[in-house]
Amino acid sequence: MSSDRKQFDVLVVGAGPAGIAAAATAAEYGAGVGLIDDNPTPGGQIWRGESANGAGEPARWLTKLHHQNIQLLSGTRVFDHPAAHVLHGETADGFLELSYQKLILATGARERFLPFPGWTLPNVMGAGGLQALVKSGLPIEGKRVVVAGTGPLLLAVASYLRKHGAEIRMICEQASRLSLARFGLALLSQPPKITQGLSLRKGLSGVPFLTKSWPIAAGGDGVLKEVLIRSGGGSEKIACDYLACGFHLVPNTELPALIGCRMRDGYIDVDELERTSVPDVFCAGEPTGIGGIELSLVEGQIAGATAAGRPDVAQRHGRARTKLERFARALDRAFALRPELKTLPLPETIVCRCEDVTYARLKPYGSWRSAKLETRCGMGPCQGRVCGPATQFLFHWSPDSVRPPIFPTVLKNLAAMAFIEAHPSGAMRGSQ
Amino acid sequence: MPEPITVTVNGRSVAVRAGATVAAAMMIAGSHCRRSVSDEPRSPLCGMGICFECRAMIDGIPHRRSCQILCASGMDIRTDE
Repeated sequence: MSSDRKQFDVLVVGAGPAGIAAAATAAEYGAGVGLIDDNPTPGGQIWRGESANGAGEPARWLTKLHHQNIQLLSGTRVFDHPAAHVLHGETADGFLELSYQKLILATGARERFLPFPGWTLPNVMGAGGLQALVKSGLPIEGKRVVVAGTGPLLLAVASYLRKHGAEIRMICEQASRLSLARFGLALLSQPPKITQGLSLRKGLSGVPFLTKSWPIAAGGDGVLKEVLIRSGGGSEKIACDYLACGFHLVPNTELPALIGCRMRDGYIDVDELERTSVPDVFCAGEPTGIGGIELSLVEGQIAGATAAGRPDVAQRHGRARTKLERFARALDRAFALRPELKTLPLPETIVCRCEDVTYARLKPYGSWRSAKLETRCGMGPCQGRVCGPATQFLFHWSPDSVRPPIFPTVLKNLAAMAFIEAHPSGAMRGSQ
Repeated sequence: MPEPITVTVNGRSVAVRAGATVAAAMMIAGSHCRRSVSDEPRSPLCGMGICFECRAMIDGIPHRRSCQILCASGMDIRTDE
């Protein structure tokens, strides 16, 4: 196993739109930049599978990463923050110590999953989850797919899958038609968003789109065969190969929280220059509020310019930021979860998939912490990233404080971490 | 188009496109990835390295998140660890 130590003026964590914009901007203004990402290639979830050789906006931004000031570290996951201006990461074959003057956290978002009977069956996946798999080599041609949950991602995913040959049986949006109409009105000040929405709908002509509708149960013997959908006042059974189901997005705030960044209403609190409450630490993109690509790109540029010592450049984006933030707030309102979804799990429905903890076992507890200690809910390898947001909705439990390692790592890396702490200088030369 | 890559899932050959992840290979093979603590078969949920449902043994190393790892020719993938 190898160990290495790297030093940067600006370190960016997360290579989605916000992180790419931050890295490109900081590099443009002269900073030596490290861009670290867990995935095998940059682009984040939304630009998964895009390359610098392609066309359009993703290619334009990905091309900017070929800059002499940028070192891209893909396949690297941060698991600890042992001291100010230092992070510890894990690569496929070793341990990495990263030090920096300024840190930009662009850790993105994940889908919110809600438990319902049958949701642990193979081929019941996230909406973004199925799209990611198709972008990663899963053929979808001729497969029957039900897309369900909530949020603008549902239409984007359905449209993408259909373009790649899937038969979209139905799209089930839990929000009401009225709520979506209000969202449409809020978009009137955002012409590009309307154009995007219209082109998505055009690509989905003939596909049933239900509002106030959600999956009640998924069925099948060892693998998904059918979905029971609530629609109108009743229910309907639909045969399908995949259920792509996600309930909008939740921000990845584990690393910012570990570093001590103050939160507000579930998001990382930043000022107009994307500065967090921790000196020299910035946050950009979805962790500051779920707002989509445009806002992420703007916030990334603001953070990158400020971190490179050019707040004057950052301030030029202020107006765009304010406008796009209105869109983010409209999103939150339009796709708020309806209380009926809390009644979906049966007593025997698994809520924590890592430790197989059922709804009935969790229900008696008054807090996330007591449930964790007594049932092991949230104690598995995902560390509550799936069941945490679910139990927050189901039981109003608040998340616990975050402790290292924020992702499971091999013992060797924990040992390397301890070794470094004991021998702070020169410990990392060569391999161990 | 680059040549497809061949890997094995539980000893059975599976062809995937270049750039495919190990999770996609297991799904193409019609296989689940792991068994849960109460012995349920599980396959990918999030597709982005968060949920750990796609864990598998890859070239002898257990508990790898297969959705974050690209297939390489001749890779030996084992489900149920």
